[in-house]
Amino acid sequence: MEPRGNPFQEIKPALALDAALAEASRCLFCFDAPCTRACPTHIDVPAFIKKIATGNLRGSARTILDANVLGASCARVCPTEVLCEGACVMDDLHWKPIKIGQLQRHATDWAMRHGMRPFTAGPRRAGRAAIIGGGPAGLACAAELLKLGYEAVVYDAAKQPGGLNTSGVAEYKMTPEFSLREVGWLVEAGVQIKSGVRIGADVSLDELERQFDAIFVGVGLGRIGRLGIPGDELDGVVDAIDFIAALKLDRPHARAGRRVVVIGGGNTAIDAVTQAQRLGAEEVTLVYRRGPDEMPAYKHEVQLARESGCRFVYLHNPSRILGRGKVEAIELQRMRLGAPDASGRRKPEPAGGDPTVLTCDLVIPATGQQPRSELLESLPNVRLDRGRVAVDERTMQTSNPRYFAGGDCVSGGQEVVNAVAEGKRAAAGIAAYIESRREVSRG
Amino acid sequence: MADLKVKFAGIESPNPFWLASAPPTNTGDQVMRAFDAGWGGAVWKTLGEPIVNVSSRYSTVDFNGQRVMGLNNIELITDRPLHVNLREITEVKKRYPKNALIVSLMVESKREKWHEIVKAAEGAGADGLELNFGCPHGMSERGMGSAVGQVPDYACQITSWVKEVAKTPVIVKLTPNITDVCYVARAAKQGGADAVSLINTINSITGVDLDTFTPRPDVGGRSAHGGYCGPAVKPIALNMVSAIAQDPQVKIPISGIGGISNWRDAAEFILLGATTVQVCTAVMHYGFRIVEDMIDGLSNYLDEKGFARAGDLIGRSLPSVTKWEELDLNYKIIAAVDQQKCIGCGLCYVACTDGAHQSISARAEHGRTHVEIIDDTCVGCNLCSLVCPVDGCITMKRVDTGRPPLTWKEYQQDPAQHKHLGPHNAH
Repeated sequence: MEPRGNPFQEIKPALALDAALAEASRCLFCFDAPCTRACPTHIDVPAFIKKIATGNLRGSARTILDANVLGASCARVCPTEVLCEGACVMDDLHWKPIKIGQLQRHATDWAMRHGMRPFTAGPRRAGRAAIIGGGPAGLACAAELLKLGYEAVVYDAAKQPGGLNTSGVAEYKMTPEFSLREVGWLVEAGVQIKSGVRIGADVSLDELERQFDAIFVGVGLGRIGRLGIPGDELDGVVDAIDFIAALKLDRPHARAGRRVVVIGGGNTAIDAVTQAQRLGAEEVTLVYRRGPDEMPAYKHEVQLARESGCRFVYLHNPSRILGRGKVEAIELQRMRLGAPDASGRRKPEPAGGDPTVLTCDLVIPATGQQPRSELLESLPNVRLDRGRVAVDERTMQTSNPRYFAGGDCVSGGQEVVNAVAEGKRAAAGIAAYIESRREVSRG
Repeated sequence: MADLKVKFAGIESPNPFWLASAPPTNTGDQVMRAFDAGWGGAVWKTLGEPIVNVSSRYSTVDFNGQRVMGLNNIELITDRPLHVNLREITEVKKRYPKNALIVSLMVESKREKWHEIVKAAEGAGADGLELNFGCPHGMSERGMGSAVGQVPDYACQITSWVKEVAKTPVIVKLTPNITDVCYVARAAKQGGADAVSLINTINSITGVDLDTFTPRPDVGGRSAHGGYCGPAVKPIALNMVSAIAQDPQVKIPISGIGGISNWRDAAEFILLGATTVQVCTAVMHYGFRIVEDMIDGLSNYLDEKGFARAGDLIGRSLPSVTKWEELDLNYKIIAAVDQQKCIGCGLCYVACTDGAHQSISARAEHGRTHVEIIDDTCVGCNLCSLVCPVDGCITMKRVDTGRPPLTWKEYQQDPAQHKHLGPHNAH
């Protein structure tokens, strides 16, 4: 099995200087720009693009990073097609939207190459916060707290920090090396990270409460649930998160199938099929229990998978995985759409008829990550809502005033840029909480 | 199909498109390739006493990612031996008898020097002569070029020396580096000039290298002001051409020069009084081939407008060029936004609010910026429609004031009668 070209080739490469200048000059410099409104971190997009056009790359990067300290990775992984670039007024002129993501990368790459700091810690104030989870939400929260003058310590269970930025982003969007370089950049600027520390096992919550004034929970999501069908324990069933993570961090043990079946209809499923295809699989099939209109994956991502040659099988659900010791085939049951369920989408139900059997050697479930229930349920007096941490959206404060939360453990799975925005809001919330406590103790 | 042939001060040309005296007309090879490409005429790069050039010689002003909005040069007149230039002129004229071949001249301000060079150029076969009274750099330090063109008496004197011996039409090329270009045009006419050409380049420093602090072009760490041309100078040239075209004391043909890059630019110069146009920068940027669209475009335009000849277009816009004091104070327009076309960029709002008359409102509506013109306070300045990136989205609509035309001169006679125009009318 031969990969087609470089299977990890970046899909949005860096712009050459001239190309960046030409693209920046195309920007209309809208007033109260829709791209800025569409960005969860509200980066002043026209301002940073104008600065690229004038050759003020330092200022451009500053504009980006002040709003989004993970601006460099967001430039690579943001679904710009549905955020800033999707809002670009050029679209209404039937012109191509400005390549905002790639311009953001141009400025932030420059900043990293030229020894700029991602942020500057503010004058020190009394107050410390513990951050549980070293993914985008936690890192953004920590950086923002440092900017405000508070101490922040990130506890991360993984060997390497960065969360899904390091382990979960499709390789052709961003490499773990880049993610780690960005995290290293934040560490140089003052973010403290304790890697390989599991809260509850290595350090107790009581201990954190003793040491810190406030605690931010940004633990993300856990594993993808088992399919719960016969054969789902066979060798050759690898969930999408593990499949991508192994390719990124443990390539010798990574799996690349010849005939691959991916189960699911979200963006992770698309990442898995596209990556499997690029690794040289002869046949990649995405099996989704609803129809194309119900698929939660972004249209542009689905298009990318289609262009890679992936086959889409809608209205089918796996009923059995067949094989002696390892996967040899998968049996699919025809489905039909019934009445709408709690999510508002029509609920799929078995349609009867004979099952279809697909020969395959790798089955990749991508049916959604489960909440980290054990950890979340151990948080004192923190209310959960359907497995997610319930928060006040403005401050990201939980039902326990000392606890704040953000990222996928709150949202159930969104973009890096949403996690950053929530981390930022939480930092402001934590600062307000710390100051209010001080007033109480003074009073 | 419209006839593009023109007759300029007696010189016949298959079309009004000439190459200006500049690097593109430096050699016979270039001029012949230009004629092959379709150029109607060429003004040979200025002949004179041998000079030495420096490097570099050019610098540009780029704008929003577009190269060469303006071009600056510090190149001098021809640096090739006179006899080589003359031999090539003869050769070109022999091979291209129907094209207009003008020879640009510049020598010391001595009568016999001018007589010599005029005879040499005409002897080689020139159809006409262009006296370079415009070059603003280098040569002007030696008392030539714009040093002559900036003093009407000198311009008149040298023109008359040339006319003493010239058998072909004499065109005087004017410098814009002067308070009122009409004075020199009149002086040229008085000296016997058959035509004028303008504008020559404008004194300029295009920019400074922010790392070395040396202005461009950099000649070993030093620089000197040069002559500016290209699309950026067109408005200045159009104004000067129209001023001379309207001057009752001039009334000789005009060859328009200054930022002409395409047939549209050419048509504008002709509408404001030029008979032929001369091009340099656009050719230095894109080559001789651009003339194909100039010929094609102008021809199609003349056909569409129902003109049989390019000459019919000359000066057609002049009757509407007037003094400010002749404009109608009671003419009123206000802006109107086509909401169907609006893309919500907000540029009109910010331009009007910060840069003009605070007569556009903006609000976010369904995540988009929605703008509206405040009719009561809109002064009809036009800025919003100029900055709007969408074609036809903001238009200016006529408002009937119900009042007869009124000029400033009439208004001044009795302002009290026209209270609606006074400052008390402000909101």
